[in-house]
Amino acid sequence: MNPLATIGQISFAFLATIGRLSIFTGRAVLHCFLPPYYLRLLARQCIEIGYYSLPVVGLTAIFTGMVLALQSYTGFARFNAEGAIANVVVLSITRELAPVLTGLVVAGRIGAAMAAEIGTMSVTEQIDALVTLSTNPFKYLVAPRIIAGILMLPLLVLVADIIGVLGGYLVSIHKLGFNPSVYLHRTWEFLQPLDVMSGLTKAAVFGFIISLMGCYHGYSSRGGAQGVGQATTNAVVSASVLILGANYVITELFFAV
Amino acid sequence: MTDATVKIGIRDLHKSFGPKIVLDGLDLEIRQGESMVIIGGSGTGKSVLLKNVLGLLTPERGSISVDGQEVVGMGWSEREHILRKFGMLFQNAALFDSLSVWENVAFGLIEGRGMNRTAAKEIAMEKLANVGLGPEVGALEPSELSGGMRKRVGLARAIAAEPEIIFFDEPTTGLDPIMGDVINDLIVECVKDLGATTLSITHDMASARKIADRVAMLYKGKIIWVGPVSEIDHSGNEYVDQFINGRAEGPIQMEVRAL
Repeated sequence: MNPLATIGQISFAFLATIGRLSIFTGRAVLHCFLPPYYLRLLARQCIEIGYYSLPVVGLTAIFTGMVLALQSYTGFARFNAEGAIANVVVLSITRELAPVLTGLVVAGRIGAAMAAEIGTMSVTEQIDALVTLSTNPFKYLVAPRIIAGILMLPLLVLVADIIGVLGGYLVSIHKLGFNPSVYLHRTWEFLQPLDVMSGLTKAAVFGFIISLMGCYHGYSSRGGAQGVGQATTNAVVSASVLILGANYVITELFFAV
Repeated sequence: MTDATVKIGIRDLHKSFGPKIVLDGLDLEIRQGESMVIIGGSGTGKSVLLKNVLGLLTPERGSISVDGQEVVGMGWSEREHILRKFGMLFQNAALFDSLSVWENVAFGLIEGRGMNRTAAKEIAMEKLANVGLGPEVGALEPSELSGGMRKRVGLARAIAAEPEIIFFDEPTTGLDPIMGDVINDLIVECVKDLGATTLSITHDMASARKIADRVAMLYKGKIIWVGPVSEIDHSGNEYVDQFINGRAEGPIQMEVRAL
């Protein structure tokens, strides 16, 4: 096979995917603003994304905060800077770890579920049935998921911020022997509103990415069970990569020197 | 026949998927109030034709009119209005898994037409009764239904909003002969009650004979014969003869690739 032809085919396929995704994104965003609004579906998606993700997000956050305190201690103890642990824990959690880890965990849980559900609807003609019943699938299926993703991820990250800091506090107090009031004072002393706001902004963007990728790959899936399985994998992988990329861009925008 | 009696007019319709030409200049007219059945082998583009009329697929070329109004290239808001004239029974019923049976039947009334849930539920139960299903079925999930029950629920959903036009995509496929005949009877009865225009696609000749006023045969992307169902046995068309008699020998050659 001609390698140039292969490169050309891959490039065209890539550009076609970008084009399809751009059109899908444009339609999805447009239908978030246009009536009718399916509030019952929006509420259901908010519960699915926000409420049911709480246990896994909480567990991820508390263990991350605990490990962070332990690792920081072992590093900082070498040059007598143990006092900075509270600062490191709160900044790392609010700025980076809570939004990114919550995004990745929710991408695995919700992105996959969205792609599987919409993918199954696509291959069993349920999306076609929606159209024949005068219901726009973008309004009915995509818009509530996108809006719920944007609204719920910041709330989850806020919870993860609190639980993550609590994890660091528990290890610092009960294992490393810090004074509780000094630890809490240092945590509050160093925390700026911008640290939390940047994390919440990231979360809203990650929520959009997760819902968009779940809906796009589900909607585009073809070919039965295998196609739905592929869509699920693609939704999780693409959402995870885009989350990490977007994380860098947003960090650059907020904290570039 | 004047244009006023044509409910759906299809002219020179072309649709391809990559290099595969599915519809190749198809012409067909469906008259007001008639039951048209399109027959043809698997993969000849029968479902693609329905999807083009409904706007689920976009043809490369050609014209489709509904009540004299061109629908190819129509935007969603106009199409939404046109789609209110349609009901459709899908091959596998395409019931929404996340909704109960009555919510499936009432879906078009609630979401498509903004009817309140109580009134829509009443109509849904009435339509379920029309297709021979008791009120207890309304509360079930689609996953709890047999194939025949799914088809009946699909039929109830298709007629719930009392549409002017109903499409049936292989209504008896996957059913035993008795259940297939029950579905055929229900289709005839429901269509008679509504006075709707119907377009059905099938390769089940027993079904076609029972529900059709006229039959059209689709082969290689074109309609090669159209006529009253009473004339199908004397069509004088060797393709139609081979198809309705289910013979392997004849002008229609199945593409079977040697292993």
